[in-house]
Amino acid sequence: MDLNLTEEQDMIVGMVRRFVREEVLPLELDLDPDADELKPEDQDRLVEKTKAMGLYGLDIPPAYGGPDIDLVTRTLIAMEMSQHRAGLYAPCYGTFGGAGLAQLFEATDDQKERYLYPTLRGEKRGFFGLSEPSGGSDPARAIQTKAVQDGDDWIINGGKLWISGADRADFGLVFARSDSDKGRNGVTCFIVDTDTPGFHVRRIVHTLRSAHYATELQFEDMRIPATNILGEVNRGFAIANDRLTRQRIPYAAGCIGVALKAHEMALEYVPQRETFGAPLSTRQSIQWMLVDNEIDIKQSIWITLEAANKANLGEPFRKEAAMAKLVATEAGGRVVDRCMQMFGGLGVAKDLPFERWFREMRIRRIGEGPSEVQRHVIARELLGSSLR
Amino acid sequence: MAIRLTKPWHDLNEAIPLLRGNLGVFELADKDGQVLYIGFAGGKSLYGLKGEVRDLSARITSATQVRHEVNTAYQSRFRELLMVHVADYGKLPPYNIELNHQPGRLGRISPA
Ligand SMILES: Cc1cc2nc3c(=O)[nH]c(=O)nc-3n(C[C@H](O)[C@H](O)[C@H](O)COP(=O)(O)OP(=O)(O)OC[C@H]3O[C@@H](n4cnc5c(N)ncnc54)[C@H](O)[C@@H]3O)c2cc1C
Repeated sequence: MDLNLTEEQDMIVGMVRRFVREEVLPLELDLDPDADELKPEDQDRLVEKTKAMGLYGLDIPPAYGGPDIDLVTRTLIAMEMSQHRAGLYAPCYGTFGGAGLAQLFEATDDQKERYLYPTLRGEKRGFFGLSEPSGGSDPARAIQTKAVQDGDDWIINGGKLWISGADRADFGLVFARSDSDKGRNGVTCFIVDTDTPGFHVRRIVHTLRSAHYATELQFEDMRIPATNILGEVNRGFAIANDRLTRQRIPYAAGCIGVALKAHEMALEYVPQRETFGAPLSTRQSIQWMLVDNEIDIKQSIWITLEAANKANLGEPFRKEAAMAKLVATEAGGRVVDRCMQMFGGLGVAKDLPFERWFREMRIRRIGEGPSEVQRHVIARELLGSSLR
Repeated sequence: MAIRLTKPWHDLNEAIPLLRGNLGVFELADKDGQVLYIGFAGGKSLYGLKGEVRDLSARITSATQVRHEVNTAYQSRFRELLMVHVADYGKLPPYNIELNHQPGRLGRISPA
């Protein structure tokens, strides 16, 4: 793998960096520090800019109208896009658009008409409904939501926990047990319209992440036509697994972006701030915090880019993606924590973004599979799938 | 935590001096207990709940009662209270509409 950016990558990354600094950061001065959306007029204006930059719909394959940008470059872009206060969970406030649920690119033509294309046009939103109260780390075993066939339909009963954005979604992917004897080969993925009778968002789950919350869902005799099965009956877990693996790379990149910004702010601050008659930057304990940040960030970048490169080349990348998620989320947490320490009281005040990053970064070690599960995935790759 | 705000109502004039500068959410109601406005005190609110309730009650003159909840997750709690209000009454409180104090796209919730 070439460790240097190509001229094109350099140009695109520079463009996104300027966009974040000149367009996004100034707007945040007026927003609530926990906000995750822009005013509609600002949103529309910035979307026009990302379109003009040729970067709108970054994750959409070129065949569906997205820009033809490889995964390594997209990962580099993601590391830039999160470099602002809301950046971890709302990078650039969504002004680069997105593919939504990438699994829909594998849908039938009819499903694409009903769900994929409206999503790409920004008319519909989807949610990803895998985790349940019975556990999210090992969904293949934990899923208790049941789907029972009834003629051409399936009847779904059960519930989901921690589901992001379900209250604002028009549809979602719901993973349900369709054969109770088959473990991971007994889970089917259904596309569920949120106005289906029996679909309920029961509550918001309040977490450290204030604006971008999770929800709890309940399904009561929800009747879903067989034409809304995504992929094949009992093959849903492969869809979930594929999504989880792919998602780990941008997830890691978002953490790296925040760590880079926090580190940059600390590097600017410590030469200016004086205690006991000398700048903080002259203290070895402060220097070592900066050195540890630098090492944490560099390791995360290279491991994440390696995962992106393997995925880009079509090579197996499950182990590398798990390593990227594990390393970047844990390193990101350490970097933000050190930066807070160097800023003292300001580090924990809402005046600066560290306290939000600190709260949200903590979730990253759990969401999309906790650190222990990533280690489990890596161990399985090293030792073979016989490991349970 | 209950989904609906279950704190007791207080007379506005008596409550404002006692409110503090915390982050949190609040509801203003008229003398019949009809909720007129749901708001929050966030990181940009000068004087937190005290300042927000004071400012909003000056604009919403028919408000006579207030109840509040100190909450650092004020954004998600604010949206939850708006959603629950819509689930219960079919629409947002009148002054959230009039003052356009509502999130871009409000979700739907059907509490059990
Ligand atoms: C804010 C937020 C948003 C979320 N959004 C979504 C969403 O949109 N869709 C969705 O489907 N899910 C979502 N999740 C769920 C998330 O993926 C799960 O929380 C996560 O997978 C962990 O599942 P769990 O919480 O049930 O913990 P459990 O599965 O009960 O695990 C608890 C802990 O046990 C440990 N552990 C687990 N397995 C092992 C092991 N093999 N070895 C050692 N230790 C282990 C880990 O420390 C783990 O944190 C979200 C979660 C959060 C917090």
